[in-house]
Amino acid sequence: MAEKHLLLSQLAKATPPTVASRVRGLSDRGITWLFIGPTMAILLAINIFPLIWAITLSFTNYRANRPNAPIKWVGLAHYTDILTDPDVWAGMQVTARFVVTTIAIEMLLGFALAYLIDRKFRSHGFWTTVILIPMMLSPAVVGNFWTFLYQPQIGLFNHLISFITGVPPSSFTMIGDVSLAPWSIVIVDVWMWTPYVMLICLAGLRSIPNDIYEAAEVDRASAWRQFWSITLPMALPFIMLAVLFRGIENFKMFDMVNLLTNGGPGSTTELASITLKREAFEKWRTGYASALAIVLFVTIFGLGNIYVKALNRVKQR
Amino acid sequence: MSATTANSVVAPGAFSRRLAAVLVIFYAIVSMIPLAWILLTGFKTPPDSIAYPPKILFSPSLEGYVNLFTTRTRQTPEFIATLPPATTWYDKLVRSRNMVIAGSSKYLPRYVNSLVIGFGSTFLAVVLGTVAAYAFSRFKVPLKDDLLFFILSTRMMPPIAIAIPIYLMYRELGLIDTRIGMILLYTAVNLSLSVWLLKGFMDEIPREYEEAAMIDGYSRLQAFWKVVLPQASTGIAATAIFCLIFSWNEYAFAVLLTSGDAQTTPPFIPFIIGEGGQDWPAVAAGTTLFLVPIVVFTILLRKLLLRGITFGAVRR
Repeated sequence: MAEKHLLLSQLAKATPPTVASRVRGLSDRGITWLFIGPTMAILLAINIFPLIWAITLSFTNYRANRPNAPIKWVGLAHYTDILTDPDVWAGMQVTARFVVTTIAIEMLLGFALAYLIDRKFRSHGFWTTVILIPMMLSPAVVGNFWTFLYQPQIGLFNHLISFITGVPPSSFTMIGDVSLAPWSIVIVDVWMWTPYVMLICLAGLRSIPNDIYEAAEVDRASAWRQFWSITLPMALPFIMLAVLFRGIENFKMFDMVNLLTNGGPGSTTELASITLKREAFEKWRTGYASALAIVLFVTIFGLGNIYVKALNRVKQR
Repeated sequence: MSATTANSVVAPGAFSRRLAAVLVIFYAIVSMIPLAWILLTGFKTPPDSIAYPPKILFSPSLEGYVNLFTTRTRQTPEFIATLPPATTWYDKLVRSRNMVIAGSSKYLPRYVNSLVIGFGSTFLAVVLGTVAAYAFSRFKVPLKDDLLFFILSTRMMPPIAIAIPIYLMYRELGLIDTRIGMILLYTAVNLSLSVWLLKGFMDEIPREYEEAAMIDGYSRLQAFWKVVLPQASTGIAATAIFCLIFSWNEYAFAVLLTSGDAQTTPPFIPFIIGEGGQDWPAVAAGTTLFLVPIVVFTILLRKLLLRGITFGAVRR
């Protein structure tokens, strides 16, 4: 709470009141205080305070299912455990593979779609809107209904694959198979988020002024050459923005995977957030889970810093 | 445009345009198959929904929707024969399966929770976000960039990470499984989006409007209320829809912090079960009713989607 007052008093000192506003009631300084205060208060109460609590807990052996048990300080033990535990590293690799695979596929598909839509064929506006629908849906509900599509006997997905490739539909199970399960979550993620990448890339392509292409035409640059020397470099900041947005979101991925595979089979799809849920709300190792949460948050925050720099670069255009 | 540039990027040729159309429409149709399948499954009978191979042609039934909204008990045909004759079409439908409607299901209360929590948190996030965005847009705020970055960074925390201390905090305060607790939580999460988006919209309103109003004798607050707010109404409406969609879709906090009274729809849908496993037509019906509002909003918002998903960074 003391922290909040400090921040607010800093805000309050912000702008010296002008003569006019001193005459007419509330000063600009007062309004700033009044307008930003509640937002900061809520964020401090529901984001920063819990974060500090989590940091404190991460040095203890506290278990939320035994609130009355004595709490012991364990120092950095949880952190050294996390950084040396092969299981945690295996989980991080699962997460990294998921993030890299989904981003690679979504970028290729999304950019290709944006490039095609930018040909401005008739009715492209309508089809763009249709393509955008999956990304607005609830990831949890999407994960849940894909379990139905992935059913080996009755599911539509196996039958479509069978129709295309000729493999019998009941000869494979997407969710239950160790080698296919990682692809099952990648496919759903790509289905959901390619539109997102497409939309950002489309903005990038549309930001390129036409006269650059006209100048290239005058210089008789081939279409291939134009793509590599104009289109791609000029759309690059937007592509980077999409990469970083997707990177952060998929690093945190929880809801869709929790309902689709719940980390299984074994731990083949156990992303960082799923491990965190198990430790915190199934094994009730609250202290250890808090330490893991801090490690995750620091990682994402690092990514986030890069992301804000990229964001500013796009803005300056 | 001369013939030499007909195939350039400036003016795509007829062939390349047609090819692009074919590919894009193919992708759009393929990506709609899962949603179409869910829509269709909602109108199947339970046996049709698990037929092997999957049935594309079937006689439509409302059994999924009836099962979604009711709980039923299995009875012997002899017992059903002793009952007064079924008066409504859904009673008849259920009795034809040798069941009797025992009551209403939890789907409707969960849907109402989603609405209350969604609208409540959206209202708070938009009101607080509007005034904060105005201050950030117009006044000299010390450490402005740091504060804005801090507000954005609250969105980067993995929900599960923040859920651990929130769970403990809410347990202390008695806010677990309450609507007010979820409204506050979603308000906090939505504030980052709301402040960033609205600051972008506010920045686009020329300062001259308020300055003129203030010269005419308005106070700063009157100018904000009577001049800036009407100008920002489109932005505020769009921001509200984005906040509403987030709260509507949210799952991680909902599944960890609610279990009954305040549970929203996403954690509930996987638990729509019938006799011997998931009742897929009812699940599909519940999913359809849950997704339809979002599809409508997506169509309404299509021009502003880009701005919403990039926190106002890309404005087209």
